[in-house]
Amino acid sequence: MSNIDLRGQIRVLDGNRAGAYGVLLCRPDVVATYPITPQTPLVETLYKFEAEGLFDPEMVEPEGENSAMAILIGACAAGGRTFTATSSQGLSFMNDAYLLAAGNRFPIVMAIGMREQVSPHGVFAGQQDAVLVKDHGWIQIFTESCQEILDTIIMAYRLAEDSDILLPVNVCYEGFYLSHHSQRVEIPRQAEVDDFLAPLKGMERLKWTLEDPMVFSSYTVPAELFTEYRYKMCAAHGRAKGKFDEIDREFAKRFGRSHGGQIEEYRTEDADIVIVTMGCSTGTARVVVDRKRDEGLKVGLIKVRMFRPSPRERLVQALNGKKAVGVIDRSVCYAWNCGHNFVELKTLLGDFEQPAPRLLDFVCGLGGGDITDHQIARVIDTTAAAAAGQRQAEVTWLALE
Amino acid sequence: MKFASKFEGPWSTPKDPLDVKTGEWRSQRPVTKAEKCRQCGWCSIFCPAGCIKEEERCFSADLDYCKGCGVCARVCPGKAIAIVREEA
Repeated sequence: MSNIDLRGQIRVLDGNRAGAYGVLLCRPDVVATYPITPQTPLVETLYKFEAEGLFDPEMVEPEGENSAMAILIGACAAGGRTFTATSSQGLSFMNDAYLLAAGNRFPIVMAIGMREQVSPHGVFAGQQDAVLVKDHGWIQIFTESCQEILDTIIMAYRLAEDSDILLPVNVCYEGFYLSHHSQRVEIPRQAEVDDFLAPLKGMERLKWTLEDPMVFSSYTVPAELFTEYRYKMCAAHGRAKGKFDEIDREFAKRFGRSHGGQIEEYRTEDADIVIVTMGCSTGTARVVVDRKRDEGLKVGLIKVRMFRPSPRERLVQALNGKKAVGVIDRSVCYAWNCGHNFVELKTLLGDFEQPAPRLLDFVCGLGGGDITDHQIARVIDTTAAAAAGQRQAEVTWLALE
Repeated sequence: MKFASKFEGPWSTPKDPLDVKTGEWRSQRPVTKAEKCRQCGWCSIFCPAGCIKEEERCFSADLDYCKGCGVCARVCPGKAIAIVREEA
């Protein structure tokens, strides 16, 4: 057995390698990737698997990300299971193919090693690349740990290829903080993942064959039909939310790990205030929440895992009755002068029971900056002060204080 | 909710392509004079819509998709294609 075959073992892996094991375990038929920082080691690991004889998909090396996605669109139309990964400008460069993948309902799984987006130029961590394409029709799941990257790739295939869903899925993880930092990772056994993905085999999926050709991406359709496809895609996004919760529960039963489905709630039940995170800052936030709890502050934490479709029902349920909510955003929405998750929460204000929680935003960790223990303590203290009725700035740029 | 397509996405079959009949946009149409057509196929090569097919006696356009651009008449070496206004 090859010494890089770590299936069934517990090892220390960085996020890119953990992701690569997730892909290996899902046995894709076609992989087309173009390297870009910080996703590159994931791709390199897949090639290593192939060189060692562990992995046998069609591996295509295209001349850029746009072609990578276009190749997967073709492979998906022919019924294949597909994978790619990208970051930042690579994601921008594949943009029209990215839209086509979702509009054609091709269940492609793509990892995004998240990185800042130009300009200014930055190769460091950020969530700007992924959140910029939030309305391009893909499901987007954000991960906190190397283990969660691996597990989410496996769950992503169950979700994407489900015949009730048929949507492409992004598995998003922050560059460097996750892509290049190492953590303890349990790598499932192949048979366990085969069993977990087995229900997909019984699901009907249309495919293009030479004997029975189909027309995919009919490019000029009457307005009513166009509207119908848009409606059906929105409905599929609606179904994806509950389906993802179900898949997470089944995953927990089989693998002993749950990541919470659409959102993960931590000590929220009796909390007066809640902070909302997305991605790798959640780990630090959990530690600070514990400390503040020890100090007697009733604070909880919500990790947004499923950013698209919006987990709005679960957010409203979890946040109803809270006095104040502090959002930690590693992205910027220029139009609103705040981060993207803050905008998302603002749209829920009308859904809360009154009085609705006071919402505050904290922009931090841009351009690869740390989201530190001190910053999160500051987020919690400011949110607690707002809950106590003190006036606080609606949006705080923590690195600029 | 009324749906026209049995499919979940913008997919269809070649027999029932569920697309726009672009011929509806036409204000003029090509009419081939079979006796003048040498069946060289030049019109079919140049047709931007790819909708000219060879028939038994001559080439002619599929009027479901022909937009009436007139390229076929312009390139026909035998002047076998006339462009005729559609009646309103």
